Amino acid sequence: MNPDLRDLYQQMIMDHNKNPMNFREIRDATSRAEGFNPLCGDHLHVYLKMNGDRIEDISFEGAGCAISKASGSMMTAALKGKTRAEAEGLFAEVRAMLSREPGMPVNAEKLGKLAVFAGVCEFPLRVKCASLAWHTMMEAIAPTGKQVSTE
Amino acid sequence: MNGLDVAKVREDFPVLHERVYGKPLIYLDNAATTQKPKIVIETIKQFYSRENANIHRGIFCLSERATRRYENARLKVKEFLGAASEKEIVFVRGATEAINLVAQTWGRAFLGKGDEVLITHMEHHSNIVPWQILREEKGIKLKVAPVDDAGELIMEEFRKLLTDKVKFVSVVHVSNALGTLNPVEEIIRLAHEKGAKVLIDGAQAVAHEAVNVRDLDADFYVLSGHKLFAPTGIGVLYGKAELLDQMPPYQGGGDMIRSVTFEATTYNKIPYKFEAGTPHIAGAIGLGVAVDYLRGIGLEWIAAYEKELLAYGTKKLLAIPGLRLIGTAKRKAAVLSFTLGEAHAHDIGTILDRAGIAIRAGHHCAMPLMQRFGVSATTRVSLAFYNTREEIDRLSDALREVVEVFK
Ligand SMILES: Cc1ncc(COP(=O)(O)O)c(C=O)c1O
Repeated sequence: MNPDLRDLYQQMIMDHNKNPMNFREIRDATSRAEGFNPLCGDHLHVYLKMNGDRIEDISFEGAGCAISKASGSMMTAALKGKTRAEAEGLFAEVRAMLSREPGMPVNAEKLGKLAVFAGVCEFPLRVKCASLAWHTMMEAIAPTGKQVSTE
Repeated sequence: MNGLDVAKVREDFPVLHERVYGKPLIYLDNAATTQKPKIVIETIKQFYSRENANIHRGIFCLSERATRRYENARLKVKEFLGAASEKEIVFVRGATEAINLVAQTWGRAFLGKGDEVLITHMEHHSNIVPWQILREEKGIKLKVAPVDDAGELIMEEFRKLLTDKVKFVSVVHVSNALGTLNPVEEIIRLAHEKGAKVLIDGAQAVAHEAVNVRDLDADFYVLSGHKLFAPTGIGVLYGKAELLDQMPPYQGGGDMIRSVTFEATTYNKIPYKFEAGTPHIAGAIGLGVAVDYLRGIGLEWIAAYEKELLAYGTKKLLAIPGLRLIGTAKRKAAVLSFTLGEAHAHDIGTILDRAGIAIRAGHHCAMPLMQRFGVSATTRVSLAFYNTREEIDRLSDALREVVEVFK
């Protein structure tokens, strides 16, 4: 396979796509948000259960491509137990990783496993797939009342 | 024509010799838009280099020349569609604008509360939304004829829905998402028996088979130039003269008027009544040349060649494990829409793209149809007469790679 593609569809991403974590609704969620990617039809919900300032539980549901599903899975895994400020900080790191110039380094220390999405920046059309869950999470954590759309 | 001739035809299309990611481009998104032959590109260049002027108003040489070329394009389109008169050929932006024009003029003038408009489940959004807008304004009822699992219109249901209340029927000739070729002749006959008028959305039909609007007895027929090897931004509304004459204008402005005072304005005759403002002059001229080019190649040959290519592609794709074709109508244009195991269309699109293969992934502006088949998106391969068996072989190889990635 072409090396860029191998970077994009890494084993970890394919595993999370096949068996996504936290792929369910939280019935007693304290907040939720809905996100759309009109270009490819990705559509997901993010559910949050906050305990004060801390994310007690987080989950997602929906239909989408491998990148968006793996992103939702790994995001929820990374954010469980984090504070609101930590979640916002991680969102900023992920955004920086996805929008950086190809070839530029990523903050692997802060991103941890999420650095597996570093190869997405080689595929400008797919950046929105990787960021959809994150934008939707941000809407759930700090609602603006808008439906999230990547357009 | 044999394989050698296709190689010659490909010489006419510069973009087919592009490379992407270092690989030769394989362009299989012809239902979205077609590529342009050199003769069209050259004509447009020539127009802007040597002939550019506004039409229908200048009293100088260039304007006279531009007007002649523009009107000549109308004649070519008239011949191409088999219309009775060039008055029946209205230049618009594309199929979308043509349908909106009919809904907003004929629809507004002749449809009222309780009147019904009948469409099908396989319409492009451009043949759904204009009627919903009219429903908001006029209180008409919009009815939808169902399709079966093969993607064919269920004629028995269509007949049942075609009641006396139906005043207008608007149906796609060839489905962009499935390739289904609808029995438009029969549809038009049935609708006329009920006294309803019929619009046929020919956006996907005209590049693939010969169409004669008079043989069909269509009241309106619409197409987009860019799907017919011509530029974007130009399209055609064909309408029977007697209907166009009765219709109020669409937009107001220059060219569509005979005389204007602040008290009263009289409108120009058809087709100019519907061509307000400066049109896409170069686009229309390009469309005329594209139509000539197509007739030179021969639509019969194109239809036969594409049929063979479709059969080859169908066989090749069905041999790929986990591939499900969406749209298996008996009469079909060269469109292969499919899902592939658990792989999402968007991922398939990315992997094919890196192999140099351009296809479409998504809902194809036919979301209700996707829902009908229980999918949110499909991968769509749409062929034109410049595509080859070798390209389909490369597609098949790349799809097998997708299967590997997603196994
Ligand atoms: C069947 C059909 N109708 C209408 C349209 C709209 O054409 P345009 O976008 O050129 O106006 C399309 C384009 O995809 C189509 O496939």
